[in-house]
Amino acid sequence: MTRDEIIAAVRDIIHTIAPDEDLSNLNSQERLRDQIELDSMDFLDIVMELRKRYGVHVPEEDYKELSTLDGCADYLAPHMADKELKLSV
Amino acid sequence: MTASPERFDTLIIGAGMSGLAAGIRLALFDQRVAIVEKHSLWGGLNSFYKLGGRRLDVGLHALTNFMAPGTPGAKARPLARILRQLRIPFADLALGEQHGSEVAFPGVRLRFSNGLALLTEEIATHFPAERDGFARLVAAVTDYPPVEAEERSPSARVVLREYLRDPLLVDMLLLPLLYYGSPTPNDVAWSSFVVLFKSLYEEGFARPEGGVRRILELLRGRYLEAGGELRMRCGVEQVLSRDGRAYGLRLEDGRELRADRILSSAGRVETLRMAGPEQAAQIQPGDIGQLSFVESISILDTPPADLGHAATITFFNDAERLVYARPDEPVDYRSGVICCPGHYAAEEPHEPALRLTLLANHARWSALEDADYYALKERVWDLGHAAITRYAPDVRPHTIFKDVFTPRTIEHFTGHLNGAVYGSPRKRSDGRTPLEGLFLCGTDQGYLGIIGAMLSGVAMANRHALAGGSGKADTVLSGVQP
Repeated sequence: MTRDEIIAAVRDIIHTIAPDEDLSNLNSQERLRDQIELDSMDFLDIVMELRKRYGVHVPEEDYKELSTLDGCADYLAPHMADKELKLSV
Repeated sequence: MTASPERFDTLIIGAGMSGLAAGIRLALFDQRVAIVEKHSLWGGLNSFYKLGGRRLDVGLHALTNFMAPGTPGAKARPLARILRQLRIPFADLALGEQHGSEVAFPGVRLRFSNGLALLTEEIATHFPAERDGFARLVAAVTDYPPVEAEERSPSARVVLREYLRDPLLVDMLLLPLLYYGSPTPNDVAWSSFVVLFKSLYEEGFARPEGGVRRILELLRGRYLEAGGELRMRCGVEQVLSRDGRAYGLRLEDGRELRADRILSSAGRVETLRMAGPEQAAQIQPGDIGQLSFVESISILDTPPADLGHAATITFFNDAERLVYARPDEPVDYRSGVICCPGHYAAEEPHEPALRLTLLANHARWSALEDADYYALKERVWDLGHAAITRYAPDVRPHTIFKDVFTPRTIEHFTGHLNGAVYGSPRKRSDGRTPLEGLFLCGTDQGYLGIIGAMLSGVAMANRHALAGGSGKADTVLSGVQP
């Protein structure tokens, strides 16, 4: 998966978790939490969906790496390079 | 008979709101999970049943925490959060807002509706000297940190003295909150007051089209669709443990199930008793809740509005001071809750009905022989409706069908000792028990109402069964946020 695909994968997960949020204007450098309504329980869902869809295990101490879309791409790239993008919508 | 026991990732005791919500979370993330439920109906404290060809609700008068989507801040409120976690679209609840409710005491009535505007206005009218105090109270509730351990929280009555001088207003504000969620006589922990104040006054009441069964069917459907197993008529005899760690359940039919962890919504004391004599020995006097209720539902030939009663819910007190405690008599007629399920915005017509909830004494009801028990139910329905005519029309001549349930009914169907709807006055918000791998969810956690019940199931599933089980995730995850 390319960097852009990883971002698409994360956006798709966020859409599954929070279908009412408008994600079209998400800035990839800004913290997700500052742009859309996501609480700690929703962050757990991002981690759990990554595990479920792509088999990526994010250890608890690394959750902080996922606070922006760019951060997600940086952190996930080595784990997801050989995975295929699965979109739910 | 010698087949090896079935294995699960997580077993959940009880198919009430909290157990189902926890189950959905775990099934969504591919755990092998089973909910074991003693009864043939799911729902626990909030359920529905069929009698005389009618489908009736128990428990739920209203879904609290209602906030219309689009209201500023609504997405961060419990209702929206819980629906996101369960992946249930808001529209599926088909919520209709209340017409308006009231707190009625001798000589004074405070009306309130969804959002604080009407209540604030009513307080300014009836308690002008308390206007500023009430504004400061609202600010204090807003500023209160979202999570605080209930066990360290002071009494709401003590804290309220800093804001309000008139004991009548304090009683009036407390009445709905106590009836909708306090396991403590005459008071509630300040932390719970804040949660209840927000869910009843700042947010508000709505009713799902079709009543509580709509929510329960949504939860059940979601759970099964996600791959969870639901085993009805499956009572638990014992939580099995070895060296301080729970590893499974022995069912009443003698079969055993194994799991990495167990979430119990049976209540703290009830769960410790299932865990064997060593755990049961840790139960302290005062751990078992004492507050229970008698509730009646009367189906009417005339809508209550045509009899002059407009309120959705009337919280009434007829005595000089509010007494919210276990009565010595079987029933306390002095205060209670009157609810008209028809007084919500609704698409589908339904039969006019009125529900009445009164405090009751479990021991008095339990001691009765069957014949006396049924006679008392009949008498309490009659006297109860006679007692409330100051606050509601006398519906007795208009009643075409009725049912009454008592602390005995509640204990039977929920397993809660003493029929204590709100469980133990001692709450454990982290859900831990003395046994590793055994956690609590539901009413003994200090979350309140049906949204609270679902939130507790979700929070405990997330914390103890999804996020590595260390409980560290909460801190780490909140570190992601400011």
